[in-house]
Amino acid sequence: MSIFLCQIQAMNIPLLSVENLSVTFNHQQTVVDDISFVIYPGETFALVGESGSGKSITALSVLRLLPNNAKIKAHAISLQDDNLIKRAEFELCKIRGRRIGLIFQDPMSSLNPVMTIGSQIEEVLNIHFSLPKKTVKQRVLQLLQQVEIPEPEQRIKDYPHQLSGGQRQRVMIAIALAGQPDLLIADEPTTSLDVTIQAQILALLKIIQQQTGMALWLISHDLALVSTMADRVAVMQQGKIVETGLTKTIFNQPQHPYTCKLLKALPSMQSCLKHIPKEKPPLLQVNDFYCYYPIRKGLFKRVVDHVRAVDGVSFNIQQGKTLALVGESGCGKTTLGKSLLNLIPDGSGEVILNGINLNKLTGETLRQQRANIQIVFQDPFSSMNPRMLVGDIIAEGLRALHPKINATERKVSVAQLLQQVDLPIDSALRYPHEFSGGQRQRICIARALAVNPKLIICDEPTSALDVSVQAQIIQLLKTLQQEKGLSYLFITHDLGVVAEIADEVAVMYQGKIVEHGTVKQVLTQPEHAYTKKLLAAVPVLAID
Amino acid sequence: MINYIIRRFLYAFPLLMGVNVLTFVLFFVVNSPNDMARMQLGQKHVTEQAVTNWKQQHGYDVPLLWNSDAQRQEKITRTIFYQKSVGLFLFRFGVSDSGRNIGADIQERMWPSLALALPTLCIGLVVNISFALMMVLFRGSYLEQAGIVLCVILMSISSLFYIIGGQFFIAKLLRLVPISGYEDGVGAIRFLLLPVLIGVFSGIGSGVRWYRTLFLEEVEKDYVRTARAKGLTETQALFRHVLRNAMIPVLTGVVVILPLLFMGSLIMESFFSIPGLGSYTIDAINSQDFAIVRAMVFLGSVLYVIGLLLTDISYTLVDPRVRLS
Repeated sequence: MSIFLCQIQAMNIPLLSVENLSVTFNHQQTVVDDISFVIYPGETFALVGESGSGKSITALSVLRLLPNNAKIKAHAISLQDDNLIKRAEFELCKIRGRRIGLIFQDPMSSLNPVMTIGSQIEEVLNIHFSLPKKTVKQRVLQLLQQVEIPEPEQRIKDYPHQLSGGQRQRVMIAIALAGQPDLLIADEPTTSLDVTIQAQILALLKIIQQQTGMALWLISHDLALVSTMADRVAVMQQGKIVETGLTKTIFNQPQHPYTCKLLKALPSMQSCLKHIPKEKPPLLQVNDFYCYYPIRKGLFKRVVDHVRAVDGVSFNIQQGKTLALVGESGCGKTTLGKSLLNLIPDGSGEVILNGINLNKLTGETLRQQRANIQIVFQDPFSSMNPRMLVGDIIAEGLRALHPKINATERKVSVAQLLQQVDLPIDSALRYPHEFSGGQRQRICIARALAVNPKLIICDEPTSALDVSVQAQIIQLLKTLQQEKGLSYLFITHDLGVVAEIADEVAVMYQGKIVEHGTVKQVLTQPEHAYTKKLLAAVPVLAID
Repeated sequence: MINYIIRRFLYAFPLLMGVNVLTFVLFFVVNSPNDMARMQLGQKHVTEQAVTNWKQQHGYDVPLLWNSDAQRQEKITRTIFYQKSVGLFLFRFGVSDSGRNIGADIQERMWPSLALALPTLCIGLVVNISFALMMVLFRGSYLEQAGIVLCVILMSISSLFYIIGGQFFIAKLLRLVPISGYEDGVGAIRFLLLPVLIGVFSGIGSGVRWYRTLFLEEVEKDYVRTARAKGLTETQALFRHVLRNAMIPVLTGVVVILPLLFMGSLIMESFFSIPGLGSYTIDAINSQDFAIVRAMVFLGSVLYVIGLLLTDISYTLVDPRVRLS
């Protein structure tokens, strides 16, 4: 690839060149601020940055797909010699889908739910080429084969909801390829997919790029992914491109402080080597835990079968230690976390916390035990009541579980908690929507800490956050663990995060724990085939 | 699917039973047969004998729920509940207090009701959806702003005003159509023009705004962006993608009221003297004829249950994601 690339660059005819592009919303908010870059034919160009940095807006503004309240200003956006900024809307329609294809982050919402995938691909062919009906059908089948969808003849009549996430993204790619574009823009193409599926989709994109010789403009927040895919990288921060260069150069000798910060914040699997194990009595013992959901069918909704969400799981967590529970979405890890708290009624098995069997408790005694075990949820945006003040959110658990504490004491402890999670004390009088994602997750942690728990279940607490924020939250969790001797059950799909924070790892697959051991063991010498597959799929920073 | 429909039919029984019991309680317990007789005969100067006679004539001289004087099963069957309310389940509506056969009346009067309600609904839908689509296409412009203001104004005026105003200008001053009345057969069109027009017009304000919200919600979705990224123009994306998705709530909202169209409109029918089921009900209420009111309430609830079932079925037809189980 790189030899090819050098030849092209030597010729120095860019496929797409963007000069001084600015995008403002509602005449005031500048989201993209005077950026310029070029993309050469056949290369993979990556635009990297955290969410909100303006990467997607940049891509959409090239094709003028932004909402009406956005204003695009640019000296030139040239596709070869054609200045798109001077083109009328109807002329741009002939370029969208034909010369430049687009794939988006969430393939479920990006496909029309009431049209078959066949007709959605057909549509592109009908707009841009005048082909006879039979040829169109053949071409659709060919495209589905190209994106490696099994049995395309049968799938052609399927609706998007009948496909898996990975397959949906393949259909999106087929739609983008249908116009045989010179440039494919992939906007976070794998962010909503599992890590193993991500690897497959990226491999597919590479293969197709080699087959067709098109240029690929990859937009991502995932530095490791970018380092394996891209030839050249541009780093974007708050609407500006702060650094551009060859991938190797950027990742090995980053110049700009922001790039250095991003690279440093990246959790890596090397970090597990520095943990030193210590022995303490087990805090939580889970023996043979099951959680089945009933499947009801027939006229009277009889229970005919069960979904085995958690299928006979046993593990211990030591005091002051972190057990990471790893697995793909749908493997039962979140169900396990919630049913340990008795938030889901169908669990059965032995859960012993500090010598007390939680499963036998009901009513008031169970409620009291909740003080010992708390949870931090994945999405900090939806896990807080938007109409409650932050102070009330944090104090609610105190009020429920320690009714003897009076209002002034509660206020003091809320202030202390806010300090512990590094938030200003006046946050107590504000509402959750006034905070960023990372700050909200801090509030959620403060809420969990309020009742002095011994164990906190962290259910993907960082997966909705940006890399640098993620690093801060992990650091906070680690500090709190050292200060308070907390134990964590850390549910995640990100193996890099696991290496940063966990002492032990349990790998979960289809409701069962298939591998359990120290972080070092599992990440460096995986035994189960699934763990190996999971590890192989993780993109690793390609630094020499 | 079949299982689902059967189950829904079974659910309908307790529901209709409840409606029946509730109307029974309202009409015979709260308002006892003695009260009814007095009201029918005139409040003043009513002798005890006259009340007893009236009750005997109309079959209200038996106990409400349990006849302890009667023999065996007659203990249940010779009661007001059995004779007046159970028959409704078999669609035997019985005889009205003025002596007419309610079942025959309903069969005769539902056609004028339908002749008024169906065109109003269909024309209204076409008009509202076209205006709403236009507003969505021109979203963010002054044209849309003006449209919204106009909708709010239209919404704010009572439909009674449209009726009286329409009758005054179009029928009385311009003499284009008759003010009110009805005729069987093709001649009915002449009498229906004005009420249909007014029915459509009075619904535009709220209708357009409602459909506009539905369309706007869909326009913002990601798949519309995908459609435009394919190279579709804004209008093509609107018609091929947005309309199809937005029609799901529109269609199911229409299906649920389809059966109820037979019931007619209370206001329009009485203003325009159209002999439909709406004016039938109003007349019955005015003359305190509870046999008719009870029959209409029961019929209304049956049709509503059918409407809901049809809605669920139509969901599966228009939305591939929905499967009934």
